[in-house]
Amino acid sequence: MKKAFIPILVIGLIGLFVYVKAVGVYNMLVQNEESINGTWAEVETQYQRRADLIPNLVNTVRGYADFEQETLTGVVEARAKATSINLNVDELTPEKLSQYQQAQDQLSGALSRLLVTVERYPDLKANQSFLELQAQLEGTENRIAVARRNFNQTVQSYNANIRTFPNNVFAGWYGFERKGYFEAAQGAETAPTVQF
Amino acid sequence: MKFLLVDKMYNKSIILFLSVFLLTGVVWAQGDFPPVPNPPKLVNDFTNTLSASEKDRLERKLVAYNDSTSSQVTIVMIRSLGPYEISDYAFQLGDRWGIGQKDRDNGVLILAAMEDRRVFIATGYGMEGVIPDILAKRIVDQLIVPNFKMGNYYTGLDKSTDMIFKLASGEYKAKQVTNTGDHGGALVFFLLFIFLFIILPLIKNKKDNNNHMGGRGGSIDIWTTIMLANMLKGGSKGKYGDFRTGKGSFGGGFGGGGFGGFGGGSFGGGGAGGSW
Repeated sequence: MKKAFIPILVIGLIGLFVYVKAVGVYNMLVQNEESINGTWAEVETQYQRRADLIPNLVNTVRGYADFEQETLTGVVEARAKATSINLNVDELTPEKLSQYQQAQDQLSGALSRLLVTVERYPDLKANQSFLELQAQLEGTENRIAVARRNFNQTVQSYNANIRTFPNNVFAGWYGFERKGYFEAAQGAETAPTVQF
Repeated sequence: MKFLLVDKMYNKSIILFLSVFLLTGVVWAQGDFPPVPNPPKLVNDFTNTLSASEKDRLERKLVAYNDSTSSQVTIVMIRSLGPYEISDYAFQLGDRWGIGQKDRDNGVLILAAMEDRRVFIATGYGMEGVIPDILAKRIVDQLIVPNFKMGNYYTGLDKSTDMIFKLASGEYKAKQVTNTGDHGGALVFFLLFIFLFIILPLIKNKKDNNNHMGGRGGSIDIWTTIMLANMLKGGSKGKYGDFRTGKGSFGGGFGGGGFGGFGGGSFGGGGAGGSW
């Protein structure tokens, strides 16, 4: 009677250990996902903010009669495309995220072409409402950069968590999957160094 | 015996080696950003552009402002940004140092890269309302750039910080130190801990010795299981908690003397910059 008790106790303890560990890992991953949700919401908010600025910008620029129409339609089209892609949090796979990023980057490209073109219109460049729109646009781009970096950081720690042992076993049980990153822009290979 | 000794020394050198390795790893990872100055300062001129007395005057002004409002306006002057956008560098530096109070994010960082001739005012989340980007841009364009162009670095910084004070006045007040409640909670917790894990087991052990069950004492009882379960939980929680550490030491520099340290505020991309 007494001898049978010890193995049962040991098995029970192992069971308890696995259970506690599984619960711990699950809760940790859920918390990780929640912080990804938070940072993703921030990314979407900032991209939306940029999209909301564009109609005003286009209208201001359009007032200058001889302004290149191609650049303007480029911006409008890129905006339509970028706002048509919305990702829910459970769709943040690497492929979908890179599609999203591509659409947004196209809009960034169209916008910077627009701003370069504006350089040729001194009247427009001195226009007060254009200047303010430009400052807001810059601020939004800064916020997008910060939101993207925060998002990448939370995704990175989540991905690292679900791929390390023994979490990967539990993550497999529960069906947690890797999420995608925002890729950095190209052309940072010949980087100079920081000097304090 | 001899083997053991050698073994021990071997272990020690491994530990030493590992710690050196880890430390250098940390240094590499943060190599692009200067560490938080020790003692903490609000005026950090790594380029020696300002004279000692100018630095002193600015520092005293900023410390006084921090003491009365808890808002931390910080000046950092470096030589070159390397591959970074100045905005990006400013936000990351502000986050790393934790400029501003943690619960208010009321930090402002004026970053100047002297060789790149670029300057940026980064506003923490809590300051975006009082210093919107457009006003930060105006401060840069009208107060900093013209003065910096003529080499009047001190005047530019002095005037721009004055303007920031003016804009932010009344938004935040320094917090009174009220942490007695916290202490009480911690004390109760501590006593509970001692009771659960030290006194209770002691009492239990005594009982065990009295009932002549033989020197087993190794049977796992309910308290040990609870303790183990708690430790396990604590372990996984701790790991997660590290995920976004609040940097910087605590407090906002109360009382006289120098600056007390950064409070762990964070930056979300507010601010504007320019070049001279």
